[in-house]
Amino acid sequence: MTADVRRPATPMEQQIREHRSLVQRALALGGGWKFILGVVGLGTLIALAAGGFLVVGGYLDGRWYDIRDLGIPTSHLVYWMQAQGLSPAVPYLTTALLGGLGILSLVGGWLVIGSWVERRVIAKFQIRQGPNRVGLFGLLQPVADAVKLMQKEILIPLGADRLLFFLPPILIFLPAMLGWAPVPWAPRMSYVDMNVGVVYVIAISSLGVLAVFLAGWSSNNHYALLGAMRTVAMMVSYEIPISLSLLSVVLLTGSLQLSQIVAWQQQYHVWLIVVLPLAAFTFLFASTAEINRTPNDIGEAESEIVAGFHTEYSGMKAGLFLAVELGNAILVGAMMSTFFLGGYTLFGLELWIPGYLILATKIGAVYFVFVWLRATLPRFRLDQLMGFAWKFLIPLAIIQLLVIAVESMVIAQSGLPGIVTVGGSIAVNLVLTFVGVRAWASGIGYVSEAAASTPLLTNTVGGLRAAERIRVVS
Amino acid sequence: MPEGLSVTLVHYLAVSGLIFGLGTGVALSKRNAVAVLMGVELMLNAVNLTLLAFSRFSSAFAEGEEPLAGHVFVVFVLTVAAAEAAVALAMAVLVYRQRETVDLDRVNLLRG
Amino acid sequence: MESPGIILAFWIFSAITVAGCLMVLVSRNLLHALVFLVLAFLGMAGLFLTLSADFIAVAQILIYAGSIAVLMVFAIMLTPLAARDNGNSLYVLPALAAGLGIAGIIGFVAVNSPWAQLTGDALKQGDPDTTVSVIGDLLVGRYVLPFEVASILLFFGLLGAIVLVHERRGARESS
Repeated sequence: MTADVRRPATPMEQQIREHRSLVQRALALGGGWKFILGVVGLGTLIALAAGGFLVVGGYLDGRWYDIRDLGIPTSHLVYWMQAQGLSPAVPYLTTALLGGLGILSLVGGWLVIGSWVERRVIAKFQIRQGPNRVGLFGLLQPVADAVKLMQKEILIPLGADRLLFFLPPILIFLPAMLGWAPVPWAPRMSYVDMNVGVVYVIAISSLGVLAVFLAGWSSNNHYALLGAMRTVAMMVSYEIPISLSLLSVVLLTGSLQLSQIVAWQQQYHVWLIVVLPLAAFTFLFASTAEINRTPNDIGEAESEIVAGFHTEYSGMKAGLFLAVELGNAILVGAMMSTFFLGGYTLFGLELWIPGYLILATKIGAVYFVFVWLRATLPRFRLDQLMGFAWKFLIPLAIIQLLVIAVESMVIAQSGLPGIVTVGGSIAVNLVLTFVGVRAWASGIGYVSEAAASTPLLTNTVGGLRAAERIRVVS
Repeated sequence: MPEGLSVTLVHYLAVSGLIFGLGTGVALSKRNAVAVLMGVELMLNAVNLTLLAFSRFSSAFAEGEEPLAGHVFVVFVLTVAAAEAAVALAMAVLVYRQRETVDLDRVNLLRG
Repeated sequence: MESPGIILAFWIFSAITVAGCLMVLVSRNLLHALVFLVLAFLGMAGLFLTLSADFIAVAQILIYAGSIAVLMVFAIMLTPLAARDNGNSLYVLPALAAGLGIAGIIGFVAVNSPWAQLTGDALKQGDPDTTVSVIGDLLVGRYVLPFEVASILLFFGLLGAIVLVHERRGARESS
């Protein structure tokens, strides 16, 4: 064994070693800067505390300047319009336009920041810099990319179906926007708080399948068709686990309305990810398949089938596909937060700070998990993905659904305090998750990582273990 | 709002009849088995529209009746439509395997 | 129904649906016909919404536009050598005559029946918030037997589709 190989540190390693954190850099500042920073920080804290006191003391309740819930200023606007003697259609249309503009600007802003975050975070995972040239920290990089994409020529391949080639970038954009309608941002703040919200979410997400297929088929390209068929098969398969996991949520909370689901979690002071861990995992994993993100992006696997169903698209049309992929990730983050992470509530903190900020924070957290998965996991094969859905997720979800049916009956009708019934359900579901997953996995012939033999070659000759033994001299 | 402009049961029934007629035309005139199935689905949709329209406008029919029974019938029609589509498309694929065509004019084994 | 928004929505969605059906009839390409069929389904869901049938409208989108259209896509893709044109059979004129006749009869009956005066709002007496809970109660209450029969039908439909399309190993090579 050559245990003592010495080599000089690479420039990257030098950079990592000399990198100082934000705190270290702040401590190294001069006295005047420290004073200014301290004043600003203390002032912010005092302002926040004063705001919280006003809110909890009831001094802000219901006034138009109460921005904890943007529904309050909007309803004041509606009352003002009705007082002016306008026809009822005017406030109706005005609020609809306001809500639509709000959602559009929110998603647009997320698209710009999200792609920057994704590239930077993945760069950190892979120990490189990421985009850092355009603007401060490279923040304007997405804008530059968009300008570049818009300038590119839009090509239409020979033999493509003109109409069907033109439609998909638009068609795939619609579900990504429509899906935002039922998301509750604060107690009375959602675009349409419809009472069939969960079914609506599933139905809207199933519309994207057709756009993907049309994109692949109309391109007159084998790679595109392959990617489209892969994506369609995967989406159709993974709709079932998503529906089953959401069905268990609906059974437990007893409502199809998203705001009621959030209210249930608020009432019992528990997040549904604790009560339904298996359903939450199923939803998260199946969503990554549904929106083509990386552990499951076989539909556009760039190392196998160029870019999948949008191989032949160029310019801003390809940009739209990429933007929709990112927007769907954020939408799934919102759904995940609403269904399983408590939505706009945070154990009483929603009284102090606006609920939409809490929801945005949760969306950011789920989005970070998506980026994390993308940086960590390799891509599955098509048959592995299908087998995972049909042999693993769906049977387990059905078993969990049966258990949840009994539990929801007990919670609703036993009359015991919630801490007993819901606590018991949590215990039962945790046991069910661990035992069920392990038993089912061994039942269908999964061999765990620890039991598998370690390849000898990587231990002695190459691989990570050997690389660890190489000492770096700086 | 003037009287002539308000939407009544007749409007819905007229639209439903138009869609049913178009669906019949598609189902009877197309050669491809999948296109025939499209026509059948359109006809089922028209029936759904009729049921829902009656359910919506039928408060005067009977006192003890449940007004949402039409919705339940539509749920059953949707179920049957899903099952029918699955079986019919499976049959189309099967016919294709046997004859390499889904052209219904050329699936005429019984004529020899 | 007197609300101008609903009247406008009714005419727009009717136009979309009927135009989609017409395009299914005259479209020369099977995939184009499929796209227009999905358009007709979506317009139909909008018509359901104007009848305050929220659950049925969403179920329509889910089942027709989401599932049956994708099933048709699979059927079209699994028959690669079949013609992709949406060709007419020999019976175009009789078929169109039959369709027009049926539409005419339904329209005639609809216009000449006394139920034209029924403009009541059934939902006003019942639960005004949602139709879902009432539908659920009816499905497991009065209509529980049809519900069970429908589930059995769905199960056998699934089974039948699998049995029909299942390829026996080696059957293809030998033939």
